[in-house]
Amino acid sequence: MLSEVVRLRAEIERYSRQIVLPAFGVEAQAKLCGAAVLVVGAGGLGSPAALYLAAAGVGRLGIVDCDAVERSNLHRQVIHSEAAVGGHKALSAAAACRAVNSSIQVEAHCCRLAPGNALELVRGYDAVVDASDNAFTRYLLSDACAVARRPLMSGAALGTDGHLTVYCLGDDGPCHRCLFPEAPRPEACGRCSDAGVLGPVPGIIGTLQAMEAVKVVTGVGRPLSRRLLMLDALQGRMHTVKLRAKMVGCVACSAAATITSASLASYDYAAFTGAQPNDAAPPQLHLLRDAERLSPAALRERLEDGEEAVVVDVRPRNQFDIAHIPGSLSCPYDVGRPDQRGNDSQRVVALLRENGIGCAMDMVGGLQAWAALADPSFPAY
Amino acid sequence: MAARVKIELSGGLEIIFGNAKEYTAQVPSGASGKVTVLDVMLYARDHLLTERPELFMKGNSVRPGILVLVNDVDWELTGELQTEVADGDSVVFISTLHGG
Repeated sequence: MLSEVVRLRAEIERYSRQIVLPAFGVEAQAKLCGAAVLVVGAGGLGSPAALYLAAAGVGRLGIVDCDAVERSNLHRQVIHSEAAVGGHKALSAAAACRAVNSSIQVEAHCCRLAPGNALELVRGYDAVVDASDNAFTRYLLSDACAVARRPLMSGAALGTDGHLTVYCLGDDGPCHRCLFPEAPRPEACGRCSDAGVLGPVPGIIGTLQAMEAVKVVTGVGRPLSRRLLMLDALQGRMHTVKLRAKMVGCVACSAAATITSASLASYDYAAFTGAQPNDAAPPQLHLLRDAERLSPAALRERLEDGEEAVVVDVRPRNQFDIAHIPGSLSCPYDVGRPDQRGNDSQRVVALLRENGIGCAMDMVGGLQAWAALADPSFPAY
Repeated sequence: MAARVKIELSGGLEIIFGNAKEYTAQVPSGASGKVTVLDVMLYARDHLLTERPELFMKGNSVRPGILVLVNDVDWELTGELQTEVADGDSVVFISTLHGG
């Protein structure tokens, strides 16, 4: 009994600044302390989302991630420390949350969200945060939340832009499929590793996802259901627009749904999205014949032998500035989404050959392959 | 007939529109005699798009993954391609983001 009094006193002290808020108070804090929230993804969005939920006192916090912490994550995935590089993201994130608040339950799920486990994971919590980084997981998680009737705080960030909305809330709240019934093709989906992302951008969106989760589980405020918040960080502009209601006939969330508790596990998300459940590169192109291509090792040998050759680097100028093969010329082939895996260079070689430059060759695998196979000192980025 | 419309691109779509996020254009009316979002979309494709039209349109509409807003409202609520636009209206094409 005495220990219970001590615990309560400590909780009141910890959450006092929230409890004194007239709009929040004891009642909302008690609801928050009794709520369970699942954060899917412990990356740029999940870092602030999980930390703020833990600090604010959500009773049970689940964190799903199957990746390991990489050095290139640290500029935005602020939940992980340098010491965590190489370790499980879910474990690193859970440890950071426990360090902030030891009075809550934190559950690390070191697995990938998959059709086979999504429903069970989602059903174990009251609300879900989509902090993932790929279309496969976004459709899967939205479907699972539609089937399990769990509100989903969906955030996304890329470059200097961010989006935020709440799916599957109440009677008229749409799901991801209501807005995007057909998945975009993988080449239309920018990835942080190619397009870049400025650290604070997912920080802002992830923090807002935590705010929406707090609102939804406590019933305080007006959640961003049927609204989309758009952030343009470069312009310093944030504005909210009106979205459609749940779509009649939606395959995931309407009365006529074909994606159900029984069928979700066998739904082919890879076929639907044309992508895998990670933010890996789209498959490498094979536009050229083998004779029109050169391995990184063969190119290195020819350069070392002093052979007369012009190495043309077709990546965007800023990527050339990060690192390039000594002596190479920067001639950016600037279309749509850049990549560093030797797809653009094949397009350029095909163009050159069509235009009479028959000696043009492509280096297989681009600069990533060069770094892996020909020059270990070349920085990976 | 024509309408002076603000056309905005976001979510990375600006990359194929000469890296500009905002244009103001005098959009001529289509077959109906009225200016609709369809006319705005076709104008954007023919006059503002600089590369890779397949990342903007599919068939007779925008490609999957693009959300269209007319005066800050989801076009599904306003009449999609047939939504009429007038002087001073804004049409926003947003590519949905998946990064995190």
